[in-house]
This record gives sequence, C-alpha cells and structure tokens, in this order.
Amino acid sequence: MAEKVFTWLDERLGLTTIYNTVLDRKVPKVNWWYTLGSASLFLFVIQAVTGIFLTVYYVPSPDHAYDSVQFIMNEVAFGWLIRGIHHWGASLMVLFVFIHMLRTFYFAAYKYPREITWLTGVFLLLATIGMGFTGYLLPWNQRAYWATTVGTEIPGTAPLIGDFIIRILRGGTDLSAVTLARFFSVHIWFLPAIILLLIGIHMYLVIRIGISSVPHKEDNPKEG
Amino acid sequence: MAEPNRLERRDFVKVVVAVLGSIMGAVIVLPGIGYLLSPALSVQKKEAWIPLGPLENYPIGVPTLFSFTQTTVNGWEKTVNSHGIYVVRFDEVNYTVLSNMCTHLSCRVTWQEDLNEYICPCHDGHFDIEGQVTFGPPPAPLNEFETKIEDGNLFIFFAEG
Repeated sequence: MAEKVFTWLDERLGLTTIYNTVLDRKVPKVNWWYTLGSASLFLFVIQAVTGIFLTVYYVPSPDHAYDSVQFIMNEVAFGWLIRGIHHWGASLMVLFVFIHMLRTFYFAAYKYPREITWLTGVFLLLATIGMGFTGYLLPWNQRAYWATTVGTEIPGTAPLIGDFIIRILRGGTDLSAVTLARFFSVHIWFLPAIILLLIGIHMYLVIRIGISSVPHKEDNPKEG
Repeated sequence: MAEPNRLERRDFVKVVVAVLGSIMGAVIVLPGIGYLLSPALSVQKKEAWIPLGPLENYPIGVPTLFSFTQTTVNGWEKTVNSHGIYVVRFDEVNYTVLSNMCTHLSCRVTWQEDLNEYICPCHDGHFDIEGQVTFGPPPAPLNEFETKIEDGNLFIFFAEG
C-alpha cells in the first residue's frame, strides 16, 4: 500500500530524481572540512526555527524588549532552551560559515567554474555577520545597547558619508526605538530573505557543478 | 545465512534507527509544543486579602467608598486595575462590604446620600444600603465580600474573575 502511494507520488513529483540529484550525487573523495557547508545550512535551519519561536513572545519595543526576553528566559516553558540554542547557534553559525570560507579559499575551490558559488558565498558570509550584528541589539540590555552604539559609530568614521551612514543605521541620530524596530525588521525579514535566495543559488550551483576535489601536488605537473 | 529466529542485521538497524529517531524527534518537538502552550496552561491566581484599615475609620450609617489597585502581570506587561468597594457599618458590631460593580452590566454604582440608595448611572439601577435591588434592570443584589478582622484591621477577600 505504502509502496503504491509512493509510486503514485514519485511519478508526479519526481521524488527519486530529486533524491538522486541532490543526495545521491557523485562526490570526489573528500575530508571532514567538506562538511562545513552542510553544517552551516543546518545551523541556518536551527536559527530560523528557534528565531520563529522567539518571535512568539519577543516585542521589538524599548518598553518591552528587555522584559519580554526575561519572560522568555524565566516564565515560558523551555524558553531558556529556545533562546539558548538561538544564542549559541548564532555564534556557531558565524564560526562555521567563516571556516567554510577559509576551506574554500585554501583549497582553491573558488576557481573556474565555481566563481559564482564563491561570490554568493561571500555575500552569505556578510549576511550572516549582518544577522549577528542586528540580532545583538534585540535583547535591549546594556551590552546590546552599547555594542550597537559602538558598532554604528564605526562606519560613522567614514569620510564625508559617515554621518549619513550612522543616520541610516540608527534611523536618526540617536540609538532609539526606531533603531530597535529596524534592526528587528532587518534581522527577521530582509536578511533571512536574502540568505534564503543566496542559499538557493549557492546550492543549485553546488549540485549543478559538483564539488571540487582536494588539491594534490600531482595536479600541477610543473611542480615536483 | 541467518537462522530463522535470529534478528537480521538490517532489521536490527531499522529498529534502532526508528527508536532513536523517535526519541530525538520527541526531544525536539515536545519542548517546542511546551514553549507555545505554556502561557495558556499557567493559571493566574487573582485572590488576595485586601486590608481596609481599622473598622473605626468608617462612619456608622453612611456607606464609604474605599479604592484600591491591583496589579496583574501578563507576560512582560503589568496592568494596574483600580477597584472600589463600599464599607457599610450598620452599628458598632454589624457591617458589610459591598462591591461597587453593578450586577447588570458592570458599571460602577455610587452612594446617593439624598436618596439613601446606590445608583448605577448606566441604566438607572437602584440598590438599597444593603445592596438589595430596589429599582431597574440589575438581576441580583450587589456582591458582598467575605470579611475578617485581624489585629483591629478590616480585610476583604478579593477574587477577580
């Protein structure tokens, strides 16, 4: 019975084809460094799920942001767990995405024909750091407030347009309710949308082109 | 070849994967459900003995309004509700404490000295000094509080709901 249902669905959805191209594709003999992309993707999924859960109680307003986080931590069942995973997952994701980038660089996997995979990866790294930057403000505690004060002050030192950048980041001259609201919006809508799009392109290319093998001395006949 | 009663390696792996998978699934899904449901499951107790001060503070024969506030915490927000009650002393010993909430549609009644009645401004409900309905649409007398006197102070048992 189950087999009949599966065959029926497979005939229409092409599940076997998806499985074969996505999961059963040919890969060269590689090592553990090649798992960092999957690890980053896994962390992104975890961040997305726990993030969605956090929005159930979190309020992006100066009067309630801190209290709503305290409520999540102390009153809501498993709130500490959901926020804890989101908190540590954020640091881990930055770390993993960064090491993933280093691996690609040192193994020279960014070369033809994978330049666009590399480029989308660069923007994924930037977007991930952007997620860290915007998410850091949301608990609205002293650390968040002052970290963002300093963090928005840094691009302000740029010549000529520095002041303008500060005002864009903060939504005005001061760090305020407007800042909190726009950081929240960027954190849960703009950046995740961009990241999803880039992950789509990135993974399409990984599947289309395949991954590069570990470089070898013998690959270059000119060297000994 | 495996003997008929022996568990095949493949079947063993299947069972182990199913069991471990179910445990892991439960560990992930159950906290999520608990997280979403938890405020719905916690029942707030809104009962308290409210001190009204010494009984002697209240004049005999004239219902006196006493106002107090109660703070309820809903999630990350505090809401302060103010409540009014009438302390009625009939003589030195007998007294009653009435809610000022009209039993019709929860408007607040006020004691009218000249009429010797509590009047509800919304639909002209009238209550006598003991809270019995004398006129208008209210279906029941004013609510009476459970009281006690401790160390000379009057208390009412206030339960919101």
